[in-house]
Formats: sequence, structure tokens, C-alpha cells
Amino acid sequence: MSFILLSGTLQAQNKKQATGQPTAGTSIARGKIVYTNVCLPCHMADGGGVQNMNPPLANTTYVLGNKAALIKIVLHGFKEDVEINGSTYSNIMSAHDDLSNLQIADVLTYVRHSFGNKASAVKTAEVSQARAASKK
Amino acid sequence: MKNKQIFFAVFLSILIGGLLSFRSVNNDHSIRNHEAANADLTLPEGFNAVVIADNLGSARHLVATPQGDIYVHLAAPKNGQGILMFHVDGDKATLKSGFANFGGTGIAIKNGYLYASNSREVYRYKLDDKNQVIDPAKPERIVTGLLDRRTHAPKAIALDNDGNLYVNIGAYSNICSEFDPKKTGCPILDSAGGIWQFKADKPDQTYGNGIRYATGLRNVVGLAWNQQDNQLFVMQHGRDELHNLFPKLYTVHQSTELPAECMFALNKGDNAGYPYVYYDWIQHKNMLGPEYGGDGIKPADSKYINPVAAYPGHYAPDGLLFYTGNQFPEKYKNGAFIAFHGSWNRAPEPQAGYCVVFQPFKDGKPSGNWEVFADGFAGTEEQKASGHAVHRPCGLAQAPDGSLYVTDDSKGTIYKITYKK
Repeated sequence: MSFILLSGTLQAQNKKQATGQPTAGTSIARGKIVYTNVCLPCHMADGGGVQNMNPPLANTTYVLGNKAALIKIVLHGFKEDVEINGSTYSNIMSAHDDLSNLQIADVLTYVRHSFGNKASAVKTAEVSQARAASKK
Repeated sequence: MKNKQIFFAVFLSILIGGLLSFRSVNNDHSIRNHEAANADLTLPEGFNAVVIADNLGSARHLVATPQGDIYVHLAAPKNGQGILMFHVDGDKATLKSGFANFGGTGIAIKNGYLYASNSREVYRYKLDDKNQVIDPAKPERIVTGLLDRRTHAPKAIALDNDGNLYVNIGAYSNICSEFDPKKTGCPILDSAGGIWQFKADKPDQTYGNGIRYATGLRNVVGLAWNQQDNQLFVMQHGRDELHNLFPKLYTVHQSTELPAECMFALNKGDNAGYPYVYYDWIQHKNMLGPEYGGDGIKPADSKYINPVAAYPGHYAPDGLLFYTGNQFPEKYKNGAFIAFHGSWNRAPEPQAGYCVVFQPFKDGKPSGNWEVFADGFAGTEEQKASGHAVHRPCGLAQAPDGSLYVTDDSKGTIYKITYKK
């Protein structure tokens, strides 16, 4: 597992050096590392979340829908009382504005490509835009 | 002739094959029957478990009457009924009635009343001399206006012998960081993160009428009045995310095992130290929390009480029962059963808990090592490790014959555990 992650990182670095621009593939690999460190303790390795406490990240419009809204959840956390696919979740998600724009783009790209999700990548520019918009 | 021989040979092999397969089916069936007889649980020698009710919804706490009935509180009403009443006869529970338009966790019987809570209020129903609810449509509201900020919202309850009702009001936060950014003191403890005491018979009480009986308790779901000590015992759900929040101070593995899930014996005015301290069950020490200058080595201020017993991290104790029956072997008498709901904050390591633990007691205090009493609720090892447990123990009650009831709030199963010499 760590070997895969490590080779993913190396690959990511190599590609970044080669092209100067991270591609979707490398973004997913980097995003997986961010996910493992930051998101996995609550949302679980399979993105399934925890019943009644932490929402799942698969098959939900919160993840697959509007990207700006999704980015804002990562930046500011989430504590609204909402129903997701018929269930409610009681835990408060803390803000993760300490993550860089690249890290947020990577982790959301990973999440939108994992757990059975197939949605477009999140670009760093979209994160910086959402961050700037929420500071106004 | 040859054809006949071949036909006979084929016929014979089909017959034998059929008999063999019939035998194996028979064997499978008897194995399945045997498993079903133990309700897929593993128990100590001589104990037996059966499922007496199933698919009830999210069955939280329950209470048993001397007449053989049980009242089960559902987290959310099903068909408009938040409390289900069954009569238990041997291995079978028969649904007798359903009432209460509110879901919740807390349920208890004291002095001719059935008490039940939702996330903001406590109600009581008058019982007749057979412990049946007299007017299910008209409960009396005893406590109202308690905080429900979703996190740790269930209001578990217990009653003493002096007309008092104890209500857990959980801290609506992991470790209060968002409410105490400058670390000057957690402000939410004025109205949450503790046990409040109210009068058991006075209607419509709220914070102003109650007493903050004990504070510094993050969240309590399992609690019980110990009749030997005449004292309230509570099980605290310890904090989460030591590693995630302080990766330089705690390894992933330390964060999996720490902090302890704690059993406290409370006295009025006690402070168990949340969010400032946590208990390390490996070092057997109350520690200063990392948010308040702790580093995994610095001990806590001694003004905070120590637990009387401690259990591995994130097991989530949701039920506590002192066993006073005569059916189980002598060592269980006056000891504590704890229903552990099971972890989530052990990821990426395997999840754990999902069991009923027995804690031996001597002279009203924990004495000796705890042991897993009933296990296997989660299903396979894979289902357990991934956190996708099939059943999750929550409530405990003692039947009049000394059997033990366990609720499961995932599938809504009720187990009855008995002992035969």
C-alpha cells in the first residue's frame, strides 16, 4: 500500500516536472494521500462514511454536483442539519482552509473519481476562485 | 443387458449421490440451526442467546418489567410509534402496543412511571399495578428545552431512590476547539457536557430548575444507578482524532487506542475534565489534553476525577447495567455489563468494539479485568474491521428471571441471553 502511494507520489512529481502542469492522473494519486491523512478517519477508506455520524461520499449530489459548493464544504467545514439520501449525520465537519488550493483540488478530484464516483476533476483555479469568493 | 447394467449403475450413482447430498444438506441445516440457536453470538460456556424480536428500527435503550414485558425506545418513531411494548414468553416477544410520537434513547421505570426522553425533553407515563401505561396519548412532560445541536444529542436517563432524574446532556463537539479558540475555557459546559439532575415528579423543568450534577463529561449514553453504592455510574465516550489533530504528538496507532472509554462513579459536583483532559488506559493516567498544552506525557490536574475503570479507545459504550439477578453464575452478581456500540474513529486501523463486556465488581467497585461477554454482533471479521457491522449493541436490561436483554440499533434486533448450568 505504501509502495503504491510512494510510487504514486514519485510518478506525480516526475510528471509535474516533465509537464509543469499536474494531470488528472497525478492529481488523483496526490489526492489519495491527502484523503488518507485528512478525510479517511471520518469518511472511511471506502468513502462509506459512518451511519448516523459521518456522511458517505459515494453517489451524493454534495460530491458529484456543484464544484464550488463542494470546495466551500472543505474550506469552511459543514454543520448543517441535512438529509443525504434519506439519512442524517450528526458530526460536525471542521474547516480545512489550512489545505492548499492544490491539495483541495487533488483530494476532491480523487473523491469525485473514487468509491464508484465518476465526475470531472477539480482544478486549482476553481479552488482559488471559491476561496477568494468566500473571503469577500 | 449391457444397457440395463449401465442404467442401473447410473441410477445407483444418482441415488447415492442424492443420498450424500441430502445428508450434506441435512448437516448444513443442523449447523445453521445450531448457530441460530446462539443468534450468531459467541458467549461464555453455559450461556445461550436467542433473537426474540427483529427489524424493529433503531432500537436504543429498553426497560423490563417484573411482569415479563419490555419497553423498547426507538431512535426515530416507526409508523408514528417511538416506544414499543412487548410481552416476552420464553424465546418469543409478542408486540402488545406502540406509542409515543417521539424517538429517542433514554427509557426507565421508577415508582410507577415510565420515563422516556427525546433529544430535548423527558416525558413520563403513569403505569398501572401491572406496569402497563395507563394513557399512552398523554405523557407528562418533566424536562424541556435541553440543547440539541445534533452532535451527541441523545439524552440518556437514570433515576435514583430519592426522587431525582439524571439526564445526560452531551457536548455538541468533539473537543470544544471551535468554541474555545483561545483556550480560555470551554464555554459550552454551562449547558452541555455533563449530567443534569432534575426532580422526577415536577413538570416542565429546564436548565434553571435543574442542577449540573457533574461536568466535564463529553458524552454519556450508558448510565445506571448502582443500588449497592447508591451512586450514579456513567460511561463516557472519549474524544476523537488525537492523531489527526496532533500528528506530531500521537501516532495513528496511539490515536486508535486512546483515549480510554471511561467508567466514572459520580458524586455531586464532580468534574471529569472534558475537554481539558483525557484518560490513557495504557499508562493508567489522567492526561492533560493536547489542545490545552498536553503532549501525551504531561499528566492532568488532580482536581479532575479519575475513572473507576477504563476500556480501549472508541469502543463507544452505549449501555450500562448492574446485574442483580440470580440466574447467572455468582461472579456476575452486582457486576456491570457494558454494551459497546463499536468504533468508527479507529480507521485506518481495523474497527473494534461491537460487543457486550462484563466488568467484575467487588463491594460496589470495579475489581479485576473486564472480559468480552457477548461478541459476534458485527458479523464477519471483515464486516467488523471495516465498520460495516451488521448489528450494534446499544441497550441492556435484566429480565425478571435474570436473563439479559441486548438491543441492536442497526437492524433492530433484540437478543435474550440466558444461562443453563
